[in-house]
Amino acid sequence: MENKTLTELTVELKSKKISSSELTKYYLEKIKKYDPRLNSFITLTEEFALKKASQIDTEISKGNFKPLSGIPIAQKDIFCTKGVRTTCGSKMLSNFISPYDATVIRKLNEAGTVMIGKTNMDEFAMGSSNETSYFGTVKNPWDLERVPGGSSGGSAACVSAGLAPCATGTDTGGSIRQPASLTGICGLKPTYGRVSRYGMIAFASSLDQAGVFAKTAEDCALLLTHMSGYDEQDSTSSRESVPNYLQECKAEFKGMKIGIPKEFLEGLDHDVHLIFDEAVKQLEKVNCKIVEISLKSSKLGVSAYQVVAPAECSSNLSRYDGVRFGHRTKDAENIIELYKKSRSEGFGDEVKRRILVGTYALSAGYYDAYYIKAQKIRSLISREFKEAFDKVDLIIGPTTPDVAFKLGEKLNDPIAMYLSDIFTVSTNLAGLPAISIPMGMKKNLPTGLQIIGGHFQESKLLSLAHEFQKMTDWHLQKPDNQKWI
Amino acid sequence: MDIEYESVIGLEVHVQLKTKSKIFSQASTNFGANPNTQACAVDLGLPGVLPVLNKEAVRMAITFGLAVGARIENNSIFARKNYFYPDLPKGYQISQYEIPIVSGGSLDINANGELKKIRITRAHLEEDAGKSIHDLYENESAIDLNRAGTPLIEIVSEPDMRSSKEAVEYLKKIHNLVRYLDICDGNMQEGSFRCDANVSLRAKGSNELGIRTEIKNLNSFKFVEQAINFEISRQTQVLSKGNNVVQETRLYDPNKNQTRSMRSKEEANDYRYFPDPDLLPVEITKETITKIMENMPELPDKRKTRFMDEYGLEEYDVDILISEKSLSNYFEKVVKKVTCDVKFVANWMITELLALSNKHSILPANIPVSPSDFSCLINAISDKRISSKQAKTILEKMWKSGKSPDEIIDEEGFSQISDEGQINKLVDNVLKNHYKSVEEYKNGKDKLFGFFVGEIIKESKGKANPQIVTQILKEKLKDDN
Repeated sequence: MENKTLTELTVELKSKKISSSELTKYYLEKIKKYDPRLNSFITLTEEFALKKASQIDTEISKGNFKPLSGIPIAQKDIFCTKGVRTTCGSKMLSNFISPYDATVIRKLNEAGTVMIGKTNMDEFAMGSSNETSYFGTVKNPWDLERVPGGSSGGSAACVSAGLAPCATGTDTGGSIRQPASLTGICGLKPTYGRVSRYGMIAFASSLDQAGVFAKTAEDCALLLTHMSGYDEQDSTSSRESVPNYLQECKAEFKGMKIGIPKEFLEGLDHDVHLIFDEAVKQLEKVNCKIVEISLKSSKLGVSAYQVVAPAECSSNLSRYDGVRFGHRTKDAENIIELYKKSRSEGFGDEVKRRILVGTYALSAGYYDAYYIKAQKIRSLISREFKEAFDKVDLIIGPTTPDVAFKLGEKLNDPIAMYLSDIFTVSTNLAGLPAISIPMGMKKNLPTGLQIIGGHFQESKLLSLAHEFQKMTDWHLQKPDNQKWI
Repeated sequence: MDIEYESVIGLEVHVQLKTKSKIFSQASTNFGANPNTQACAVDLGLPGVLPVLNKEAVRMAITFGLAVGARIENNSIFARKNYFYPDLPKGYQISQYEIPIVSGGSLDINANGELKKIRITRAHLEEDAGKSIHDLYENESAIDLNRAGTPLIEIVSEPDMRSSKEAVEYLKKIHNLVRYLDICDGNMQEGSFRCDANVSLRAKGSNELGIRTEIKNLNSFKFVEQAINFEISRQTQVLSKGNNVVQETRLYDPNKNQTRSMRSKEEANDYRYFPDPDLLPVEITKETITKIMENMPELPDKRKTRFMDEYGLEEYDVDILISEKSLSNYFEKVVKKVTCDVKFVANWMITELLALSNKHSILPANIPVSPSDFSCLINAISDKRISSKQAKTILEKMWKSGKSPDEIIDEEGFSQISDEGQINKLVDNVLKNHYKSVEEYKNGKDKLFGFFVGEIIKESKGKANPQIVTQILKEKLKDDN
């Protein structure tokens, strides 16, 4: 069952070959069996899921079928879910029960999905290895000694291990694509504004974007269709109309002009380079014209990102003050102490590090040197992408410089950790859509191919991804769960 | 030799906008609801919520800008002002910093009988904070977030005022203007209209600005005047002793009538302003501005000129009438329905109606006598159906009972006798009954004239029109010569 794609599952659900209740139970049992080693979930919503699944089954029996009726889904614990604990991977929110649903959650609920649980993540989405979670490290299903990537590590790991057919994620600097690459699945980060941010706990508001994990490009397309659209509760969401991405990605492929930025091949692991070259050859077979391009400023991406993201986060995280919700210290003599202790106790090291950096970057006397300069780099990067898309349809490259690293390997070396996002951050700075799909294995570890498109060109990049998956079977490979029991 | 100092004053006026819902959420802005019942997820700053700009607040800010001849920015930016405070739920206030919606503009005030231009630097949109309540529980503070997110415009003036009197004059002018524009209820007690005053001194004739202090949260005209006066004399003392004024924020204590230090410049927050990534630039088109311009109500200065030109009223009277929009509207409604001289209406409104509203401590907007009832009363006086004295009594009864003047006149027999035939008879009767006195009068006892008038009025049970009585009496006493 776990090899079936969403498109296949919806056919079986609609034809009542399988019920949503059966499907939901199947995944819940798998989670119970395998997740204790993987730690990809923070909260299982079993009761909620079984109730919803049985409602869906009743609806299906009445002939009422919605596009995703009965599909189990894992939700990243960054999305507020009404009545269900929403922790954002932090001690600060370990007791927070949201009184409302995020727009993404509402839309996916309305489309018929069944939430089976909330997935583990780096604290407040700050991290590239899922090691900063208050709820413990998530393991990579391909090698339990290695990280699954982050920040959406729980979502990536559970889909990779077959504990859920699909999951949501968020991507601020690579938090969907990098873990998708390291766990051998598809991870799509849409254009900034494509999916509403309402109810998605903010890390860096101008970069945060919700997206999905699934086994195939088709499945990503199906999910995206039902998550996207203008939301009057998010002023930054786009009014751009939402096409049927599934249909568009399956339309006849007529070849494309594809750019490879030479900067994306620098500092690349030798084996990953060879795997990437192999993937490029596949694309050339289907009438893709490959050209070398240059995105000079993208090299400055990580630096600009490490100013903009912390700056916004330092402000976004001010609301966690122990006054109205979240962690509050047990002993405080006065209000200043209440703030200091609640925040010192409630936040982990990486979050504190970024709040400090961001506060510094916004301070009087440093604002121009850091924040304004970073914004200028950002404009430069956007302009270079725009110029590139005048010449090519899509841009490709490896998603990460290497395969998954060992647990603890980069935890105490923030710079090394930040550099694992080197190929992904510039698309967030420019607000562009991108997908990572499996492109080959280095020994027993997956690697990812990143495809970047112009604004609102999701159909185009999904179409190329789908074409690639028609020729290859990397996306069908799965880790051997039996090994860990 | 003592240096003569000149005081330099600038004001930051906080005007709560009269929108139905908050600036970034759909919660109600009504005052006085139970604590925290008008604060939604957005106002509480819950994880994941996002602000959505209330267009009505933008319209009101533009209206103000246009009314003071300012420039309206077509892409103003919201910025976050970061600081921790328990009644500031997000840990930052959404305000405007680098590019405010309104910039440049001015208001003319009356300074010692001359018009003086006070320049307005800028006016920006922002959200109000909640309220901390420290005296409700013994060892705890309470927070009410009903006010959190109420839209404000902060109007910043140039340091163009030179006395507390000018400052109050300017503040009153803005207070009046925002109510004419119908963008603020002006209620200072409820905090809908409050200001901070920046005060500094410099040697008279100097062009440089001295070191200033900022007095926070003044919520009455009286406090503004007193606080500035106190601050001027305090700074004068500091400077006279050869010391420097410390740049700081001060609080005014109305009970002690003094200001005290709140925090120094060193302790001041670094607010770390940066553009709010959750909100797009506020796009304002020319069409929007034109539309608002077309719907602009008549402004106080224009109305003043018109009242003087159209009705021939004195400036002093007009100033009183236009001091409240509702009062000047009232006046115009009455004027439309009366047959008498407009000045007579103005006198009656100022001396009688306003006296009553002062006596009962009722705002002119809440006067319980309708303009149409009031105009009937004025007509009854000018038609001589009642005397001025009677009218005053009737007006008080109208105020209390809400009845129309006609009802009261009918019920209580107030109408005046102005019919000459009737009065002739009354005069004849009285003169006949007091024939001895008539003789004494004719022999030169002039004082008796008043006695006859009194007797005649008494005979009419107070209803005879005294002017007609006098006139007829004079003729009769002459006739009999």
